[in-house]
Amino acid sequence: MVIAEELAKKQKAISIAEFFEKNRQILGFDSSPRCLLTSVKEAVDNSLDACEEAGILPDIFIKLESKSRDNVTLIVEDNGPGIVKEQIPRVFAKLLYGSRFHSVKQSRGQQGIGISAAVLYSQLTSGRPAKIVSKIDRDAPAHYFELLINTQPNEPEIIGDKIIEWDRLRGTRIELEMAASYIKGRRQSVYEYLKDTAIVNPHARITLIEPDNNQIIFERATDKMPVEPKEILPHPHGIELGTLMKMLRYTESDTLDSFLRSSFSRIGTQTAKDICKKSGINPGKDPKIVALDEVKRLHEAFRKAKIQAPPTDCLSPITEELIRKGLEKEHTIDFIETTTRPAAVHSGHPFQVEAGIAFGGNLAREEKVEILRFANRVPLLYQQGACAIAHAVENIKWKNYSLDQPGGSFPVGPAIILVHVASTHIPFTSESKEAIADVPEIVEEIELALKDVARRLKLYLSRQDNLQRRREKEEIIQKILPRIAKKVGEILERPTPDITPVVAKIMGNVYIQRVVQQNGKGCDVEIRLKNHGEGTYSFNLHETLEYQIESASPEPKKIPIGKQTDHLWKIKLKPGEQKALIYRLNIESVEASKLPQLVVDGIDEELITGAKVVNV
Amino acid sequence: MTEKSNKEIRDSQSKTTLKKLIQDFYEQFESETIPHIVLPSRTKKNIELNENGDVWVYGDSESLRSAKTVKGANQLLKTSHVVELLIKGHLDQNKSSTLRELYYISENWDIAKFHEQAESDRLIEDLEIITGLQREDFHVRPEENGATLYGPIKIKEITKRGERTMHCQDDVGEAGYQIPYNVETIKFMEHDAKFIIAIETGGMQDRLIENGFDEKFDAILVHLKGQPARSTRRIIKRMNEELKLPVVVFTDGDPWSFRIYASVAYGAIKSAHLSEFMATPAAKFIGVQSSDIVEYELSTDKLNDQDIKALESELTDPRFETDYWKDQINLMLKIGKKAEQQAFAGKGLDYVTDVYLPERLGEMGVG
Repeated sequence: MVIAEELAKKQKAISIAEFFEKNRQILGFDSSPRCLLTSVKEAVDNSLDACEEAGILPDIFIKLESKSRDNVTLIVEDNGPGIVKEQIPRVFAKLLYGSRFHSVKQSRGQQGIGISAAVLYSQLTSGRPAKIVSKIDRDAPAHYFELLINTQPNEPEIIGDKIIEWDRLRGTRIELEMAASYIKGRRQSVYEYLKDTAIVNPHARITLIEPDNNQIIFERATDKMPVEPKEILPHPHGIELGTLMKMLRYTESDTLDSFLRSSFSRIGTQTAKDICKKSGINPGKDPKIVALDEVKRLHEAFRKAKIQAPPTDCLSPITEELIRKGLEKEHTIDFIETTTRPAAVHSGHPFQVEAGIAFGGNLAREEKVEILRFANRVPLLYQQGACAIAHAVENIKWKNYSLDQPGGSFPVGPAIILVHVASTHIPFTSESKEAIADVPEIVEEIELALKDVARRLKLYLSRQDNLQRRREKEEIIQKILPRIAKKVGEILERPTPDITPVVAKIMGNVYIQRVVQQNGKGCDVEIRLKNHGEGTYSFNLHETLEYQIESASPEPKKIPIGKQTDHLWKIKLKPGEQKALIYRLNIESVEASKLPQLVVDGIDEELITGAKVVNV
Repeated sequence: MTEKSNKEIRDSQSKTTLKKLIQDFYEQFESETIPHIVLPSRTKKNIELNENGDVWVYGDSESLRSAKTVKGANQLLKTSHVVELLIKGHLDQNKSSTLRELYYISENWDIAKFHEQAESDRLIEDLEIITGLQREDFHVRPEENGATLYGPIKIKEITKRGERTMHCQDDVGEAGYQIPYNVETIKFMEHDAKFIIAIETGGMQDRLIENGFDEKFDAILVHLKGQPARSTRRIIKRMNEELKLPVVVFTDGDPWSFRIYASVAYGAIKSAHLSEFMATPAAKFIGVQSSDIVEYELSTDKLNDQDIKALESELTDPRFETDYWKDQINLMLKIGKKAEQQAFAGKGLDYVTDVYLPERLGEMGVG
């Protein structure tokens, strides 16, 4: 026998089930808590996507029942648009079936392996079929299916099919029994996943019933539906050679020129011409017969030709306001800032980064900051260390933003950092879609977003700090210092010393003092000013008197006000600078001691000690 | 007569010194300076050997206490209140308070009151440092008297009821002679002692007395009672200097006991301003050494986390910066164990007095 024939005997088609078994972990089915989490995730993602497409505010109900430690029945129910009867078996019981695989838009599930993988896992570990109910309209019947996946041809096998009574107006319900376990109290759990999902989907109400019948409701924070992402044609920069070949082979266009214009975004007549020219292929050529080396040249020409960046209205950011609402509803915090970056592009795929930072409240003070990672509104719970989001957080010098960062890794403090990356194509590091790859454009955008919110956090913290310092100073000057002065005077049996100059010093103020000395028949008056502050201050000083002043130095401006005269000096003091204004009054010092208070305008009240501040 | 006028002169000098501090504050207010005091930092980083190179005193590093901060301002206010009490309540009226009473007196001082006694104790120490006086000069007493002393020495103590002369074996009960808080009033008359042994625990002192160690070895036994009081340290120093008696220190074998020895021999970090007055640099550590734990196969306890931290902290304590102490500390960290003085009882009640101490004294050439 020919060797090739010998080998051919051994080569048999690998069944889909075998493939699944061998690749369980990369699909997110490894440990038994994670199998449950992945299944919940696939079902909830589907429900959210379906509701959004239909413009319905999602109301999702998740119930977990547990017969034993490693057995869980998962029920997920939504109020979505439902699925037409004919589609139900394929949606749930045929792997890689789904409309999304071929479209270019932002969606939660990217490859349609999702829910059928959970069905397969359930059937492999419990031997039981998936039970599906779906209803598309108030007056339509509710269809009930029991489905298995026939793994050899990858086709659904219908075990049962009937019409039942269902109290929902419309929606879909799936029930899966599987080997899995429900755990709480750690980051990678169904509870945390739903909580994070609720944060980035504030328009959804999510109800969880735990195996012990405990009910948790993540209430919606807004009635505003997220903007429906638009579907777009692929951008030439994001196309791989193989895909291009496939597209050429199956196109309905007759010419290369029209193929280019109708299959890609951002290719118009001019660009199509340019691409054809650069690749040296006749624009009128039938795209189905383009040879391999020509495809390569065409692919090359995509890079060389000047093509506009892809449109970005295919993205649906959560928006700054809703990230804020989402974080606020699940946490008690003192401060929150969010940002949505302008859309950007990585290898032809539009993407957009959003970030939020929440601070204070009842968040743990001494622990590492919690990082919430999201890709297309889906929480990422595993493989944090491999993720571009984590790397971007580590790249930032948080000390510059008033957060500790021991060992240069994650910052420490009472804060939550949230990062959402939305894209028509999220570059994950693996099929389980838990970590975003380190694409330089994405990392840079994440860093910019984080720096933006971090800057605002720093501002907030420094303002808090100033307030605190101000309060402390006030305590010193109002409560403590007067007592020290009084006590010191008592001990020495001398008059209580004047604390005002010291107060000005502590407050960093401008200290103004009028000293009057009898000299002959009149008085010499000296107004002393000293700037104890850190800035240069300019203001007007008014000495409003009913007396004439003489030999003033420097000479003030004199403005008559009725019987009185307002003597006005314009003052400018650098930090640490002191000045003296002198003049003479022809009155007795007894009278002079009754002079009205000095008045200042054009400066904040808290910057002056020793004069009254009047700002009109 | 002269005694009394001496006291009056001393009190009036103390008053002047305390008033000077308050005058400084007053002048600071008048010269538009934020009130402050400067005093040496009281941390282990800031202790250094004195000029003779035998005891540890505070170094040059200073800390500023200024009314610029709430904490500093509060301390200055409390300082003013305490000084007022010392001048008007103590020195003017010839009265005194204990450290604990002083803490309670502050209850009436509104925001200047102390939150715990440690705070007021510390402020009194600060005042000692600032004024160069001792708390006795302010008429402030410790709560308890010193510990006890037992051995072949005859002393004379001036008490409120006149002079008392007693022999510290023949004229005292089994508990020994009680060391008063002010040991300056004691005169040493005559003695047959060859050395002094300072003992950490009362149990061990009793054991030595019961076994007749003082008679057999002509030793004066001084009970340290944990971290020794000032008067205990002072009397040890006086006996060492005035009677030229060598001193050995016998404690448990654990990190805290190493510190007890250090405060007897080199001075305590907390009261380094008094080291030259109270530390006995000639005092030698007899045990329990880390090496004894190994050699005598003593029954032990495991070091806990605090013990380990304490040992590690001692490795950076300048007082322990000798080859001997580094070896002892590192050995204890290595074996991870500590032992009490009483652990010798495991080998019989006489073992400590018949075997261990004679062997160690022999090695050290004492007695």
